[in-house]
Formats: sequence, structure tokens, C-alpha cells
Amino acid sequence: MPNDVAAPEVGTRELSYAEAIREGLAQAMEADERVFLFGEDVGVYGGAFGVSGDLVHRFGAQRVIDTPISELGIAGAAVGAAITGMKPVLELQFSDFVTLAMEQIVNQAAKIHFMFGGKASVPMVIRLPGGSGTGAAAQHSQSLEAWFAHVPGLKVVQPSTPHDAKGLLLAAIDDPNPVLIFEHKLLYKTKGPVPAAPYRVPIGQAAVRRAGTDLTIVGSSIMALRAGAAAERLAGEGIDVEVIDLRSLRPIDFPTIAASVRKTHRLLVVYEGVKTMGIGAEISAMIAESDVFDFLDAPIARLGGADVPLPYNPVLEKAAVPQEDDIVAAARRLVREGHA
Amino acid sequence: MTASRAAETAPVRPFERPELAALDDATLRAALSKMHLIRKFEETAEASYMRGLIHGTMHLSIGQEASAVGSTLPLRRDDYILSTHRGHGHCIAKGADPARMFAEFFGKENGYCRGRGGSMHIADVEGGNLGANGIVAGGLPIAVGVGMSITMQKQDRVCMVFFGDGATNEGAFHEALNMASIWKLPIVFVCENNKYGMSMDIARAMAVPNVADRASAYAMPGVAVDGNDLAAVVAAARPAVARARSGGGPTLVECKTYRLRGHSKSDRNLYRTKEEIETWRENDAIRRLEKELLAQDRFAEAELRAIEQAAQQTIDSALAFAKASPDPEPSDLTRDVYAE
Repeated sequence: MPNDVAAPEVGTRELSYAEAIREGLAQAMEADERVFLFGEDVGVYGGAFGVSGDLVHRFGAQRVIDTPISELGIAGAAVGAAITGMKPVLELQFSDFVTLAMEQIVNQAAKIHFMFGGKASVPMVIRLPGGSGTGAAAQHSQSLEAWFAHVPGLKVVQPSTPHDAKGLLLAAIDDPNPVLIFEHKLLYKTKGPVPAAPYRVPIGQAAVRRAGTDLTIVGSSIMALRAGAAAERLAGEGIDVEVIDLRSLRPIDFPTIAASVRKTHRLLVVYEGVKTMGIGAEISAMIAESDVFDFLDAPIARLGGADVPLPYNPVLEKAAVPQEDDIVAAARRLVREGHA
Repeated sequence: MTASRAAETAPVRPFERPELAALDDATLRAALSKMHLIRKFEETAEASYMRGLIHGTMHLSIGQEASAVGSTLPLRRDDYILSTHRGHGHCIAKGADPARMFAEFFGKENGYCRGRGGSMHIADVEGGNLGANGIVAGGLPIAVGVGMSITMQKQDRVCMVFFGDGATNEGAFHEALNMASIWKLPIVFVCENNKYGMSMDIARAMAVPNVADRASAYAMPGVAVDGNDLAAVVAAARPAVARARSGGGPTLVECKTYRLRGHSKSDRNLYRTKEEIETWRENDAIRRLEKELLAQDRFAEAELRAIEQAAQQTIDSALAFAKASPDPEPSDLTRDVYAE
């Protein structure tokens, strides 16, 4: 299977983000009988967000397995299957429910390879629909990816496009380590070009979505898309923004960020997770600790989620996470006034 | 062995219990040898700790040898076990090399986990031991995945998962038993009820009198046995393993036993009396078995002492091997965080 990091060719057929994931799952299951999908309502229901769709009819209930509502149990089951020769893909219905499965992911999956001196590996994938914007309120809207990026032994990815959703999934299934894929609920219906053949988007490689000279904006998942839209508006004002889509949080592609900031001399990090102790803090510190610090013409700025549980009211919900307007305003201040 | 065949091949012993009569001399010799190996391993580990040769803590299974050896006796080399923080006995019972175990205990590079795991994480993956576990009930959901893996790969292996009485009050226990039962997985759940979860008496922590009673909620057989009676444990484990192997589904076996030492090195025995410990010491599994074998003329005293001495020699050389083994290199610190 080839690696595919370039943008798809013009004329490539389009799929939705959800369809791209489903196609990747189907291709992985066709290619390798060790791969199976399980989780709550992934069978005839087709998945809470319709991602598994008709897979149960194509692969049968032995490979697309409905589970009881037992998040800790099924996360552990993924570990057990992975260490004995299978390649499980587990769907946790909402990423918030990962809180019920922390023990198996953090204490077991992440540590077994190291703790056993390299004698066993844990090739499992967990798919987690996350993010706000659906009116699902405080327990169904969180962005918890930074928690897992804090854990050695795990890999964490966050696709923003249908192309990357398929390519990162196939890379994750091929990876001998536990990989968590944070999918964004608002993106499932978004469309984009997706090559039909299987391909991998390498884990740990960011993508420069737009080249620019005045400011670097780093984001992932839906924030990379909002940053891209903000950059187009800012171009109309004469501000030339470079947009980096992280795609992977662990491992993080620091060289790509560093090279960009060396060029633009300004950095804005945008993320949906709560700002305090988040991804932005880590990226800021990495820049501040490196020789890139000397290239900065303005303080590093972070735009993160507000320090609140996600509210139900749609106006409040929008106010709690960075929107396109917020990114435009922060970028403009950073370039024009020297601070966000 | 059928009753008629036993009568042909074994001398008539009118007072011998059928559970003991079912075990031939070679099997008993091997089982007794393993029980002594476990006892000597634990005593030597304790002495090493007292002399400051090792750091950290340890959880000794002195008094629980019959449960570990009897439960695993019907297992094949290629069957799996999952173990607990009090897991030295399970590891030896499954066939691990005490020298490499001691090396791990001493944190040495040629220990089972290259010194990265220690007492609480010893795994002998090649020997089917998928690891001790530092988290109470941590192995239970993993066993579900191992069972799924065995079924999906159409193997005739069995997974035996050990846990203590304390683990049965964790959600993981209930999630795991439920999933194992609805999917008829080839798992044997072995609860080593040693009466205390650290200091908490199980009678204060559980509303039913026996852990085995909990099996009825999951529609699987639940069997409580005298866990200090090797022959009784084997008699309970054999049908459970056979049922699992033949596709009949899981069984919950409760071995009622007692740890003669404290929970760990910090335990001052404030929650139990000297008299209680003394009563259980008189019920010691090794002493009981030897007494019965002598009374039945199955073995001579000299033969029993030879078995014990051989075990002591094995442990002495294991200790010497561990002491002479090299420490890991600090430059290798981050090796094996991720599988390649």
C-alpha cells in the first residue's frame, strides 16, 4: 500500500468523510482477515453516525460486531485481541465515553509493549467521534485528544478531510501500536476527493495546507479547516497566512511547524480542546524552547476552547470554541498589532 | 481417566478421595514440585527484599500455591493465562523459568521483561502468560479479547484469567463475564478468594456469600472450591477447561484460599488476628497434600523431601543467575515505548 501525502489529483471522485472511513474499513477487512470492527451499534444500526453503514451485511456479524454498552470491557477486549494476533478496530460511540475506558487504554494498551520488554505489541485502533457543534451538550461534545497525546505508547491522529480520514485509518490499522483516531462529528458529511485504491497517510506528518509568509496558523481536525477559511479572508486584507494541518498529535511533526515559523516569524495555534494545559501549550513551549524562538516577531498566541463544560445553548456553544471569525480577528491582531 | 481404567492401573486405596485418585503419581510429583517452587520463590523473594537486594514492593502468594498449580494443571502449553499483581505463582505454574523471573524481579536486562516490568508485570508471552497486572481486574476485559481472538482464529486454545476477590467488585469483572457469556468465549475465570482485598474483608465488600454465586447473573456455571486442596482445584478446573475448549463457554471457578503474608510489604495485619492466620497456616496447601499422600502411601517421606530440595536448588540457582545478570543501560531508556 503506497503512502499518499500529496493532494489528490483533480477529477478524483468525491466521498464524504464518513464514506471515506467506511471504504477504508472495508478495504482493510478485505485485505486482512485479522481486521475486525466492533463497538456499540456498529451492526445493523450502521453506527451512531452512520460510519459503519452496511458493513455488517458485507462482512457478517462475526467481523462487524455489536457489543454491549461496556466501554471499559470492549476497550480491554481490543487489547486482548490485539496481543494475540488480531487487528481490532473499536468504535467508541462518542469520544466522551472514552472516560469509561481510560484504564484499559492508558494502563494496559499504552504500556504493554514497553512493560513486557518489547515481547508483545498492541496493534489496535480506536475511532472516537468528538467535538462540539451538534447541540449535544457537555457529555457528548468534548475534545479530549490532548489527554491521550500525553501518554507515551499511544499514537493520536485527527483527520480533517475525507482523504486523510481514509489514509490515516489505513495507516493506523497497519501500525503495530495502539492508535486513537479522533474523528469530528461535524465533518462526517463533508465531501472531498478520495482515491479509490487503498493508501496510507503516514502518522506523524503534518500537511501545509496553504503557503504564506506573514503568519503560521497551526490547527488540526475542524480547526485546520476553519484556519484555512480564515486565511482566505485574510488574504483579501493583504495578510498572507501559512496553514498547517497537524493531522497527528502524537507523534507531532515539529519540524514542519518549526520550518514554517522560521519563515513567517509569527505563530497562532488553534484548537478545540480546552485552552488550559492543551495542545497549544505544548506547541508554544516547543517553539519557545527551540532556536526558532529567536525568529519570532510577536508573542506566540493560542486560541483554544473556553474553560467551561460545553453548553447546550447554540449561541453559548459556538462561543465556547474558536470560530472562523475568532481566528480572523486573532490573526489580524497578531500581524497588525504584534499581539493577539 | 475413567473409573475402570483407574482401577486397572492404580493400586486399590479404599480411603482415597476420587479427586486425588484421578491424579497419577507423575502428575502429583510435577504439581507438588511446582508448589514447592512457588513457595521457595516467594520466600527467597521476601528474603532478598529484607536484605535490600531489590527495591519496590511485592505481593507474595505464600499459601495460595494449590490454586495456581491446580487451576493451570489442565492447561496446555499453548493455552493462555492472564495474571494479577500476586502473580508469581501463576507464572511458575504455567511453566516459566524461575531464573528469568528472578532476573525480572531484580530489574535485570535478561529478565522476562528486560527489567522494565518488575514483579507486577511479569509476562512470559511465549509460554502463554500474557502478563501479571498491576490494576485490580485489569486482566478481565483483556481475557474477553483473547477469547474473541481464539474464536475468530478457529483455534482450540483456552484463556484462563486469574483475579482476586477484590476484583469482583470492579465493573470490569461484570462487563467481562457478561461478554464472555453472551459470546460463549473459551475462558475460565479463576477467582482466588483469599478473603481480603488489601484490608477489606470480602464479607464486608460483597452482598452474596460466594463469588461463585455471581456466575448465575451471567448464566455460566459458578463453582466454589477449597482452594487449598490441590486435588479439589484440579477437579473444578478440568471440566471448566474442557467446557471452554469444546465451545461450551466460560466458567467461574472460585478458589477459597488465604494469603499467609500481608497484602504487600507495608501490611501490619491490623485487620486480622494472629489466631486467624495460624488457623490457615495449619490448613497450608503443601503440608495438607503431603500429609494425605503419605497417609495414602502414594509417596515416601524421602521422596517428598527430595522434591522440596530440588525446588530449593532450582530457586537458589535462579537467584544466583539474577544477581549475576546485567542491569539495563540508561541509554536504552526510551526503547520499546513504541513497536516498530
